[in-house]
Formats: sequence, C-alpha cells, structure tokens
Amino acid sequence: MIEIRNVSQIYRTRAGEVEALREVSLEVADGEFVAIVGRSGCGKSTLLRLVAGLQPATSGEITVAGTPIRGPRRDVGFMFQRPALLPWRSVVDNVLLPTEVFRQDRRDARRRAHDLLELVGLNGFEKRLPHELSGGMQQRVSLCRALIQQPRVLLMDEPFSALDALTRADLSVELQRLQMKHASTVLFVTHSVDEAVLLADRVVVLSPRPGRLRQIVNIDIARPRSLGHDGHSTELGELRAQLHDLLMTPEEVTR
Amino acid sequence: MTVTETRRTRTDKPRAEGHWTRHLPPVLGVVAVVALWWAITVVFDVESFILPSPLQVAQAMAEQADYLWDNTLVTLSETLLGFGLAIAVGVPLALIVTASRMLERTVYPLLLMLNAVPKVAVAPLLVVWMGFGQFPKVFLVFLVCFFPIVISTAAGLSSTPADLVELGRSLKTNWWQTFRLIRMPAAVPQLFVGLKLAITLAVIGAVIAEFVGATEGLGYAIVASGASADTALAFAAMILLGVLSVVLFYLLAAVERFFVPWADRS
Repeated sequence: MIEIRNVSQIYRTRAGEVEALREVSLEVADGEFVAIVGRSGCGKSTLLRLVAGLQPATSGEITVAGTPIRGPRRDVGFMFQRPALLPWRSVVDNVLLPTEVFRQDRRDARRRAHDLLELVGLNGFEKRLPHELSGGMQQRVSLCRALIQQPRVLLMDEPFSALDALTRADLSVELQRLQMKHASTVLFVTHSVDEAVLLADRVVVLSPRPGRLRQIVNIDIARPRSLGHDGHSTELGELRAQLHDLLMTPEEVTR
Repeated sequence: MTVTETRRTRTDKPRAEGHWTRHLPPVLGVVAVVALWWAITVVFDVESFILPSPLQVAQAMAEQADYLWDNTLVTLSETLLGFGLAIAVGVPLALIVTASRMLERTVYPLLLMLNAVPKVAVAPLLVVWMGFGQFPKVFLVFLVCFFPIVISTAAGLSSTPADLVELGRSLKTNWWQTFRLIRMPAAVPQLFVGLKLAITLAVIGAVIAEFVGATEGLGYAIVASGASADTALAFAAMILLGVLSVVLFYLLAAVERFFVPWADRS
C-alpha cells in the first residue's frame, strides 16, 4: 500500500544543511499497522509528513496505492499530535469538515459522522464546542475527522502524546478495535515503545542524526491486545526490552 | 466504550463566582468617587459654576431630562452610523490588505498617516466640506473608528493558528475554502478587540464633531451650557456620555460572548 524508496530529506537552514533522513526504504502492506519509533531528531515525523505530501522529499520516491505522492491526497488521512479542531465548530461539524471540503453528499456524511462519534463513545456530545471537551475527547473527535474521509492510509503523528497515561491506554485499545474493523493501513509515529508494541504488526526503529532505518521488529502477538492483562506478557516484555535496547544503544555512524 | 473523562471545569468558573463579588466592586467604585466629589464641594465650599455638587447635577438631569435625552439619541445615532460605516469599509479593506503584501505596503503608510491627523483639527474642515448636517459628524466617527478596526482585523487574518493552517493544507483546501472555513472565523476574536476599542473612540469622535457647527447632540449641549455658565448641565451631559460609552462597550462584549464563546478557551 505504501512504498518508500531511498528517501532522503535535507533541510537547508541558516546554520547549514541538516540531514533529517538518509536513504530510508520501507514497504507497508495493505491493512498493515506499522509503528515508527525513534528518539527525538530521528526524522520520524518528517517521514510521516513526506508520506502525507505535506512537504516534498529531497530525493527518493514515495507511492501510495501505486501512485507517487505529489501533495496531500484524499485517500490519505492525517492525524496530528494536537487535536487541531476548529474551536468555533461543534464536535459534529468538526468531524464533517473534510466532507465539506471535498463537497460530499451532506446527508450521507452526517450519518457517517454520527456512526463514527458513536464508535468512539462521543454520542451525546455532537453539539458541544471543543473547549468543553477533555483532551482525550478532543483527540477522539480528531480521529473521527481523519476517518470520515474513508482514507486507505491513515497517518498518525504521535496522536496520543499529549494525553495522560490512562487516556492513552484507553485510546490505544480503541484505535486497535477501529483498525481491525476498517482494516485500513496505518503508519503510526510514536516515541513510546509500549504504544508501538501494543498497536503494531511491525515496529520500525529509526536511529537519529541523520534518520536511518535501524531495524524492523515483527510483533507476532494475537489481537486484540491490551496492556496489563493478556496471556502474552513474556513475549511483550521481551519485545519491549529489545526495542528499548535498540533505542538506547547508539549505532556507529558512517559519515 | 464509555466516556469517563469529565468536562474541564474552567468554563464553569465565572458562574461559580458569586453575584456579589462580581457586581459589587464596580458599584463601590462609582459610589466612592461620587462621595469624594460631594465631600470636596462641601468642604471647600466650591461655587457651583466651577464644580457643581452631585445633587445639583442630578437636579439638572431631572429638570432637563427631555432635552438631554433628545441630544443623547442624536449622539447615539451618529456614533452607531459612523461605527457601522467603519466596519463596512474597514473589514473589507483588511481583507484586501492581507491578501497581498504589495497592497499592504501601499496602504499601511497611508492609513498610519490618516490616523496621525488630529481629528480635532479635521472637525472644522468637515463642516466646510460637508455642511452643518449630521453627515460630517458621522464621517468623523468613521475616521476615528476605522483605524483600529482595519489593524485588528488584518492582525487576526494574518495570525491563524499554525495547526489549523496545517489542517487546511492536509485537506488540500483551496484559497477560498481556507479563507471561509479557517482564516476568517479564526480572525473574529481579534476583530472584536478592534471593535471594542473603536466603540469607545466613536463616542469621543461624535462629541468632537459636535463641538463645531452643530445644533444638537451631547457635545453641543456641553458647549452651549458651558457658554451660559450652566456647569451642572454640562456635567450632566458628560455623565451621560460616559454612561453611553460604557453601555455600548458592554453591549459589544455581550455580542462577542454570544458569537465567539470559544475565544481564549481553545
């Protein structure tokens, strides 16, 4: 579904050139959930923005569903670190925003918005304004807004990083359920090993400065998974330790 | 899955605050000032044509109620017409100015120059150009209000939160969609900052205009009663001006709360 081939990204700043990504290649299959982890400065968010078409890559090629990325696309949904809700719009109108931009059938869109809000437990909150909701609820609205355009690929940039631990766990379980239901392809950036192990089929580890692909770790544990109580705590523990080691030990950089 | 998180309590705060703690301080302030004023007139035995006592002002207000009320309405209508005209011209101009950097560079220095002209000096000229009717007054109000409205609207339009701009980009909105769905509504709180500033200036503008070539309005009433040494009546007119200004300001603040309940909360 997603193909990233030899992608490099170099930012030109006043202080000189900064190499954010070097020769990254990755393939994500249809319906797969891939998490990208790495320490800050490893270019994980940059990689996601490149796939979203929010900025062009310095070199290399990215295709989604066989067509190269030239800019933002309707079949690619993006969820930001912050909810980025329009504060003057009610919950349901925020969810409907993409359908308005794409000029889709209103009645059908409204029905889908209500279904999505029900799915994330926000029924009854349709008419509320964002400032009346908690951070976790706002992020749920943001998730519904990303899903209403029925994207083939959902890109998520540390979507739960601004939330408290319990709300994060809650939303992680929920996201897993949604992904199993819609079988959409997800590329998920996070700095949390726990989140990555819980959610992903594969975890991609990037090493920093410049961002390179260090290793890909397969998570072969049955779904649905949850933190705390499941029969796979030993495997989960081992994977977590392995990922932790990968993140903490520096790799020799050839310059 | 059930939603267990509760609403943020911050929105409830103003209501939790008592009725008394909210309205008592401003009332106390007014009472204290009036008491001090009264004390000064009594203790220093001030002549009423220099500083009338609050009681004398209240008497003047009661005796000349009709006269004062008619003039208040005149000043009010000039204020509102000029204010409306400033919105009608200022907001579109802000849109144009923010649409192109070239236009911004062309128009801003002119606006600054226009704003730097002392409005008191313009008032007599306006009479020469436009005669003695209501229009030169309305126009002066317009001149006074125009600048803060343009500046605040332009500032609002060019300071859209970065994450909302990014959201628009990710949805590939065209220029018009970005403007209508994101930039314009995001600018409304800033617009209200300008409007609230402008409405207080508007009343001052109307009064300055009524100082020259006028036959009605609170500004005229002040000049006329001053000329006949009826200081109590002049004070009554000035107090009405103050009240008018305060009422208009809070009305606007109420309109803002109604239309932009989300401002400063996101």
